[in-house]
Amino acid sequence: MRPFTFVRAIDADQAVAGYAREPEWAMYLGGGTNLVDLMRLGVAEPGLLIDVTRLPYDRVEEAPGGGLRIGAAVRNSDLAADPAVRRDYPVLAAALLAGASGQLRNQATVGGNLLQRTRCGYFQDVTKPCNKRRSGSGCPAVEGDHRNLAILGHSEHCVATHPSDMAVALTALGATVHVRGRAGERIVPMPGLHRLPGDEPDRDTVLDPGDLITAVELPPLELAARSRYRKVRERASFAFALVSVAAALDAEDGAVRDCRIALGGVAHVPWRAEAAEEELRGGPATDDAFRAAADAELAAARPLRDNGYKVPLARELIVRTLAELRDGTGADASGGTP
Amino acid sequence: MTTDIERVTGTALDRVEGRDKVTGLARYAYEYPADDIAYVVPVPAAIARGTITGIDPGDALAVPGVLTVLSFRNAPPLAGNDPELRIFSSDRVSYRGQMVAAVVADTLEAAAEAARLVHVGYDAEPHDVLLRPDHPEAYVPEKVNPSFPAVSEQGDVEAALGDAAVTVDTTYTTPAYHNNAMEPHATLAVWSGDRLTAYDSNQGSSTARDMLAAAFGLEPGQVRVVSPHVGGGFGSKGTPRPQIVLAALAARAVGRPAKVALTRQHMFAVTGYRTPSIQRVRLGADASGRMTALAHEVEEQTSTLKEFAEQTAVPSRMMYAAPNRLTTHRVVALDVATPSWMRAPGECPGMYALESAMDELAVACGLDPIELRVRNEPEEDPESGLPWSSRNVVACLREGAAWFGWAGRDPAPGVRRDGRWLVGTGVAASTYPARRRPSEATARATADGRFTVRIAAADIGTGSRTALTQIAADALGVPPERVDVRIGDSALPTASLAGGSMGTASWGSAVAMACVRLRERLDGAGGEVPEDGIEARYDTADDIKADAAYARHAFGAQFAEVRVDPGTGEIRVPRLLGVFAAGRIINAKTARSQFIGGMTMGLAMALLEESVPDAEFGGFLNHDLAQYHVPANADVANIDARWIEEDDPHLNPMGSKGIGEIGIVGTAAAIGNAVHHATGVRFRDLPIRPDRVLDRAPQIGGRNL
Ligand SMILES: Cc1cc2nc3c(=O)[nH]c(=O)nc-3n(C[C@H](O)[C@H](O)[C@H](O)COP(=O)(O)OP(=O)(O)OC[C@H]3O[C@@H](n4cnc5c(N)ncnc54)[C@H](O)[C@@H]3O)c2cc1C
Ligand code: SF4
Repeated sequence: MRPFTFVRAIDADQAVAGYAREPEWAMYLGGGTNLVDLMRLGVAEPGLLIDVTRLPYDRVEEAPGGGLRIGAAVRNSDLAADPAVRRDYPVLAAALLAGASGQLRNQATVGGNLLQRTRCGYFQDVTKPCNKRRSGSGCPAVEGDHRNLAILGHSEHCVATHPSDMAVALTALGATVHVRGRAGERIVPMPGLHRLPGDEPDRDTVLDPGDLITAVELPPLELAARSRYRKVRERASFAFALVSVAAALDAEDGAVRDCRIALGGVAHVPWRAEAAEEELRGGPATDDAFRAAADAELAAARPLRDNGYKVPLARELIVRTLAELRDGTGADASGGTP
Repeated sequence: MTTDIERVTGTALDRVEGRDKVTGLARYAYEYPADDIAYVVPVPAAIARGTITGIDPGDALAVPGVLTVLSFRNAPPLAGNDPELRIFSSDRVSYRGQMVAAVVADTLEAAAEAARLVHVGYDAEPHDVLLRPDHPEAYVPEKVNPSFPAVSEQGDVEAALGDAAVTVDTTYTTPAYHNNAMEPHATLAVWSGDRLTAYDSNQGSSTARDMLAAAFGLEPGQVRVVSPHVGGGFGSKGTPRPQIVLAALAARAVGRPAKVALTRQHMFAVTGYRTPSIQRVRLGADASGRMTALAHEVEEQTSTLKEFAEQTAVPSRMMYAAPNRLTTHRVVALDVATPSWMRAPGECPGMYALESAMDELAVACGLDPIELRVRNEPEEDPESGLPWSSRNVVACLREGAAWFGWAGRDPAPGVRRDGRWLVGTGVAASTYPARRRPSEATARATADGRFTVRIAAADIGTGSRTALTQIAADALGVPPERVDVRIGDSALPTASLAGGSMGTASWGSAVAMACVRLRERLDGAGGEVPEDGIEARYDTADDIKADAAYARHAFGAQFAEVRVDPGTGEIRVPRLLGVFAAGRIINAKTARSQFIGGMTMGLAMALLEESVPDAEFGGFLNHDLAQYHVPANADVANIDARWIEEDDPHLNPMGSKGIGEIGIVGTAAAIGNAVHHATGVRFRDLPIRPDRVLDRAPQIGGRNL
């Protein structure tokens, strides 16, 4: 690992100013569960680490306009256990608990979780080419190992997926991300924080270098009280999603009044299923309608040689999760332990 | 061994070093202290095949604290007969990840950083790292491990298959697997003049000593290997691995003690793995299910450095009666690291294929799979004609069936549903040879009423130190608290490896006999222990040479219940039961751990584990534990192991068979068979992943939606 300087910032101004002094080499450090791994692998080579976990962003509180404001330094386990989250946004608690392991969640922060990098194996091995790591070096995953990679929104330059479960729930909920940059505060909506790879796969998000995430805000959203997260992976816990779905449904008298759907494990971004939502709103809350909605969303899917299974899997998860929300069934929302 | 106190073998004695382990007092290789340690980080090759054209250590040497950069340019030549251990001996690269250089530095951080700054130039050549059917370079090796003929033939298989009323002809594949012990391969090497001490993580300190001595041209007496505690090996620490040579080389180069611990990623390159396999099994039976023909043909890989031919079809030579039989092995030397030992080499992959095919034959015959196996029970070892020392596979199947609730099982596949799950059950048999190797031990009585047993045995987490304590206590007729067992040090009497499930049988034989000798001498001395103690030594070499000719194997039966969600491809295993007949069980607690540990690894083989080769760049892609999935707690639900006590007089003084490996044999087949019972679809390529289930979902009856 490259030698680096470590500083601990106590307020946002100090953190942002610290970054600005070493823009080439500085990186913010959250829980370090992703960044430190990448440093050991030589994928990230910061010369200056600015620890942002001691900033005063460690609380979950009611937002001024209703909803919840979640500090960027809140640990994943604390967020999952927060009573307001569990009551009003169960999809978020479930998504968090479906991610990583207990130890990792105790360490991981909201800011770091949003900005964690892809798990594509080539990206994590500096002895191999990868456009995301080294622009223009090529994407071996297109022809190589891509069984767990994207089916939607990918480009010839990169077919990676965004690995976060939490971000899928936030995307479904329409969260906003509060960012402090050199030019002051700004608000980035989700979806909208992460970007599709296009011909710049090295850029995961719309943030600029030095932008500090200070909080995530959840809008007041009544239907979120009926929401859930369902994740399919190769082992029963402690693995990244093959495909996951975050969904909320407000259905009355057999009709869909409103819904939110987002998919994980399918794209370079947590994928908001807008086409499916569109298809559903105002229509019947029947299995057939759910299927048609899933098909509408997945019509855009372009699976690679070895990940075609993700299309029927995503479809199945959308349909089942909506049906379970409608019927109030299927308690094993997070994992699928019998 | 008549005693007036109760025997302790067979009881669930707690691990004698358990407290040391949970309190952190037990010291593992990398934790040994020494003055002025230098740290070593190896540089892995970045190509799969070719020649090193240049090594530029300039930037690495410029890192503060770096002492030297070792490579074929400056490293002294090593001797010995294992090319995987003759590191830095040439400019050739035989596989991606092979050690091509190493940095030695004052700190681990400096060594790690500098290792990335060693600029290695390569002249890469086209490589081939993929085992595939009918590979043009496949050949029949002279022998398969350890010394079986590669091909065996009885009768006329083709004719018998042609005449058979029922036949099965299927091909199964298993991927490469990595042992992934928790403790990485690590060594601290300390030279004192021309004497070398290595604190090392291995499965046999005597073996490691002999290898080190050979590598450095020393007498075995000049080398000492110390390994009292080892955090798992599963075979990957049986054959010494390059880190031990590297540590010694580096320590000599800088004139200081030197430490190496491999990273998990590098372990995937240089510590061995189980070869992938392609296995064709053909079975022929008469209408009543009696087998007339059994053919098991295996293709697997080896490296260009040395031949390692896993004995995958060997269990098919002894498992079932069939007058016509053919077993063959072909290997391909690919641009890969040499495959090596992994828990139950041969039996584990081979029995997966054979026991899956047996299930297919049962279905084809319309027979219960247990009944099919009972009908094909051989009276004697079919190929050698030797009598069984004991063989209780039928008892394991029958008792297991009763415990598991097998009776009344509806054989129809794909018809049981519980909500989103399709439910099925499966069974498979297990086997593993019961062997022993020569070892020496001493037993000493001291005037304080205590006894000390010495043998260079290894406890790699299995509980062997505890088992030997029990064996010694019973042989001496004293409570175990009065016995100290010293193991894990090549300075102790020479012992065989912890491998091939032979450890406790081999060491226990020497320990028991040394203790018997000591008692005799004590009795001769009137029961009085002289002031300066009294000692006896025993070497089992002659006993083992004189062992009568028997076919000695442990047997077992494994039962699995699985649930498959055909809509998501998820598979869960709510229940696993293993029943084993493995002679006398020496420690009920550690034996259970071995059995359920093996079964858990078998579950992983069925559903999770695989090392994915990188066709484009060589090596393995998923070289860490976030990508290479071993089971987590949630994957292992109700898992149980039981055993049938055997009284087999043809084994060793304890009457025991090895138990370290049989637990993994058959599990994957039982699970795969249960998946078929649940879904009606045969998945013949491991692991049975969600994507594989989903790709074949249209064939699965009654989807969810
Ligand atoms: C074995 C393993 C399994 C895992 N499984 C899952 C899983 O199943 N699902 C899942 O969702 N995740 C999983 N994870 C990933 C885990 O969730 C992330 O590593 C974690 O959320 C990252 O948070 P952190 O605080 O540790 O981030 P860090 O590692 O500290 O930082 C990650 C990135 O965010 C940046 N950063 C951190 N905080 C801020 C901030 N406030 N403003 C701007 N930038 C910031 C850092 O500079 C860095 O680039 C797994 C991780 C491991 C190691
Ligand atoms: S998919 Fe993206 S991250 Fe993976 S190798 Fe290609 S460019 Fe790199």
